[in-house]
Amino acid sequence: MSYHLKTLTELRAGLASRAFSARELATCFLNRMATHDGALNSFITQTPEQALAAADLADKRLAAGEEGALLGIPYAHKDIFCTAGIRTTCASKMLGDWVAPYDATVHQKLNAAGAVMLGKTNMDEFAMGSSNENSAFGAVKNPWDHSAVPGGSSGGSAAAVAARLVPIATGTDTGGSIRQPAAYCGITGIRPTYGRVSRYGMIAYASSLDQGGVLATSAADCAVMLQVMAGHDPRDSTSANVPVPDYVAQLNQPLAGLRIGVPRQWFTSGLDVSVAARIDDALLELEALGATRVAIDLPDAELALAAYYLIAPAEASSNLSRFDGVRFGYRCANPRDLNDLYERSRSEGFGPEVQRRILIGTYALSAGYYDAFYVRAQRARRQISANFAAAFARCDVIAGPVAPTVAFNLGAHSSDPVTMYLEDIYTIPVNLAGLPGMSIPVGFAGTRPVGMQLIGSAFTEARLLAVAHHYQQHTDWHQRMPAAYREDAV
Amino acid sequence: MSLQSGWEAVIGLEIHTQLATQSKIFSGAATAFGAEPNKQACAVDLGLPGVLPVLNAEAVRMAALFGLAIGAEVALESTFDRKNYFYPDLPKGYQISQLAQPIVRGGTVVINVGEGDKAVQKTINLTRAHLEEDAGKSLHEDFAGMTGIDLNRAGTPLIEIVSEPEMSSSAEAVAYARKIHAMVQYLGICDGNMQEGSFRVDANISVRRRGDPQLGTRTEVKNVNSFRFLERAIDYEITRQIELIEEGGTVQQQTRLYDPDKDETRMMRTKEAADDYRYFPDPDLLPVVIAPETLMAWKAGLPELPDAKAARYQAEYGLSAYDAAVLTSTKETAAYFEQTLAAMGSAGDAKLCANWVSGILAAQLNKASLDTTHSLVRAEALGQLLLRVADSTLSNKLAKDVFDAMWAGEGEPDAIIEARGLKQITDHSVIEAMVDAILAEHPDKVAEYRGGKDKLFGFFVGLVMKAAKGKANPQQLNEVLNVRLGPCGAGD
Repeated sequence: MSYHLKTLTELRAGLASRAFSARELATCFLNRMATHDGALNSFITQTPEQALAAADLADKRLAAGEEGALLGIPYAHKDIFCTAGIRTTCASKMLGDWVAPYDATVHQKLNAAGAVMLGKTNMDEFAMGSSNENSAFGAVKNPWDHSAVPGGSSGGSAAAVAARLVPIATGTDTGGSIRQPAAYCGITGIRPTYGRVSRYGMIAYASSLDQGGVLATSAADCAVMLQVMAGHDPRDSTSANVPVPDYVAQLNQPLAGLRIGVPRQWFTSGLDVSVAARIDDALLELEALGATRVAIDLPDAELALAAYYLIAPAEASSNLSRFDGVRFGYRCANPRDLNDLYERSRSEGFGPEVQRRILIGTYALSAGYYDAFYVRAQRARRQISANFAAAFARCDVIAGPVAPTVAFNLGAHSSDPVTMYLEDIYTIPVNLAGLPGMSIPVGFAGTRPVGMQLIGSAFTEARLLAVAHHYQQHTDWHQRMPAAYREDAV
Repeated sequence: MSLQSGWEAVIGLEIHTQLATQSKIFSGAATAFGAEPNKQACAVDLGLPGVLPVLNAEAVRMAALFGLAIGAEVALESTFDRKNYFYPDLPKGYQISQLAQPIVRGGTVVINVGEGDKAVQKTINLTRAHLEEDAGKSLHEDFAGMTGIDLNRAGTPLIEIVSEPEMSSSAEAVAYARKIHAMVQYLGICDGNMQEGSFRVDANISVRRRGDPQLGTRTEVKNVNSFRFLERAIDYEITRQIELIEEGGTVQQQTRLYDPDKDETRMMRTKEAADDYRYFPDPDLLPVVIAPETLMAWKAGLPELPDAKAARYQAEYGLSAYDAAVLTSTKETAAYFEQTLAAMGSAGDAKLCANWVSGILAAQLNKASLDTTHSLVRAEALGQLLLRVADSTLSNKLAKDVFDAMWAGEGEPDAIIEARGLKQITDHSVIEAMVDAILAEHPDKVAEYRGGKDKLFGFFVGLVMKAAKGKANPQQLNEVLNVRLGPCGAGD
């Protein structure tokens, strides 16, 4: 069978020709999850029963001659998207048994398309983290090396796709949470422009930075999934009312004449030399395919990092106020009074990193500190946007590292939050400016994958996907998979 | 109440006005009052994880109408902020409000203070009016020591209307609150129901020695759900503060609740432990943008407002400024007046209608604790009655009797007049005969009158009226008496 070695396009063709059924496909991947996820811990909730029912429904639609890019295709959701009837935990004790009474817009769209959800993936609690170690459901392991982290916060989705437990998965990216785990796990991920994908039903971490996206094994597969997820949603005031181009049709747009901007400031002593070398290789490949390399300036990365770690916690401190033990979620036992209910429900329900960010955010918004922190951070944010605008005057896409290093060892940064925050230095500016970004695999440093970041101006996802697709037509890094997960499950 | 000499009060009001939209400000749930608890709260109102607010355009229109009506600056771009605090009936842990860029800034209203000839006008400046969502309700009774939460009200659109601290008595504060109350109902943007909490007034009150340029420390009085309670709460609070200072104490900045049963205010919380609301722009909502053309169209579509209506009543009907102000003080009273006048048709007498609507009808409504819309005498029926006054069928006194009968449910005015035989005697010859008969009975008094005792004129009027059972047309009676008696002091 080896369905897990096929691309989404091949799976679609097989389903359309009835070479195999959606039920067979779902069963294959559910078996892989059952066999392998004990070691990886990439899923919080597996939903085999609902998956098989959805697969049967997809088979009926296929039998009736219906066509659809995702009809019968298995996938996994990051456990941050609300799914009616199936728990949505955000990897938090706070929402350990919470079942949403409604579907996220993204989930509605995937359901309508006939995609078959197999389960909900592990993540850093409330999407706060870069290693997937901040989960109330335990850390996720990197399929390439079980002593390494998969990255975060969409670490479960990245690990599950890298191990081919699912062909494709959703993720969210607030400061790099799709791109960095995609890089660490050797897969392809896209974070679209802010507003491209509805945030309705996607539990908020930092509202002005959060954006849903895709983790897959190739840019072509990302294009198929993003096509279904993208679009204006009247229930999300910040979703963009901008037409969605045909991403799949535009995958083959030529690279000739493409100017790739490479930020000088990103290739300095902070960047691991072997990561830098792999990115240079990839840029040479793209030049061979007709693109031109242009040196550009993209200053203020440290400023961006500081601004992010004020703005995101500020918004989070407010977004997470609703978790108060009153109406839903975790409530402490035998509260003495209202304040005790609040204090203990939140102290016991939230993990340490979430509490840290709530405290930072509360501080940053407090009277007397607001101007010094929040207002200045917003000013810095505008500066970052201006820097990108200046850069895009000289190039069409920007290429660079996703993270300073390859995946680090589990526990390596757990006692040092600031070092952990530095993981995000190349990804965060993209979120602050609301731009689309991708991570594509470009080789290895030792046994661990290296990812390259591609950044576009707003709503140029089609071009980013095309650049990545061309690269992947001429390289096979995206087809590499960890040996332990290559064989069919029994 | 009169202020203790040497003191003056400084009062500003914050009025939370629920907008009369069909659905909530950020969700599609209904806003109707009185539903079973938590039946009118959707996922957005409950603040469930993942939900997002979407602004109700009708709430924006209504807020803008208010701004236009008070001559304020309506912002073409305003923004929403989050006001963060924990409370069980605040589902998200923050209230979406407008701090930095409210939709309405400035504006003025003119209030009338005092009655009749003593009425004076005063202009009150407004600081701002901003859009925000209402919270739910905490129900402290009926749960045996626990608190129940009803989130039906959560997300109901409000405008908070903030005045400058420019009122100096409870009378001025009430006049201002009544004026705002009238305006929002003229505009059709609020049902004005104070009992149900559609129009909630908080008063900021301080006192200072007359002439002192410094403002005193203020207290905020909440939970005032009628104009009468507003007046009493302010008076209580002014007296309390003055007595406190005169006894050597100092006023603490506090939020106080008015207790209508005990007619006193009580401390709810001190403002010293002031909440830090950590306001910041709500990232889930875009700026509210109003196109200049849209604003112009809204302005053009404004209904006639109280001041304009009062000016028209003065110009068109020759009413006094005071009468015009009274008649236009509520939308319903003005409508009642206009319907009464219309029912009189071509014989319409605006002054007569005005006197009746602001006099007899108002007194009767007040006595029965009813508002104009619940009057037991319809405007059309009153118009019919006043036609009988205008055509001299009834004297004012008889008309009042008929009005009372109408109020008691005895039917239409003409039927009552007929049934009671109240029709005025207007036949000149009948009146002459009655006068002649009375004068013939009292030759001595006639002689005294003619000898100069002019007060006897009233004596004769009384006797004829008594004989006519009060139905003689007073004007005709006077005329006939004058002719028959001849000039007073003329001698025989």
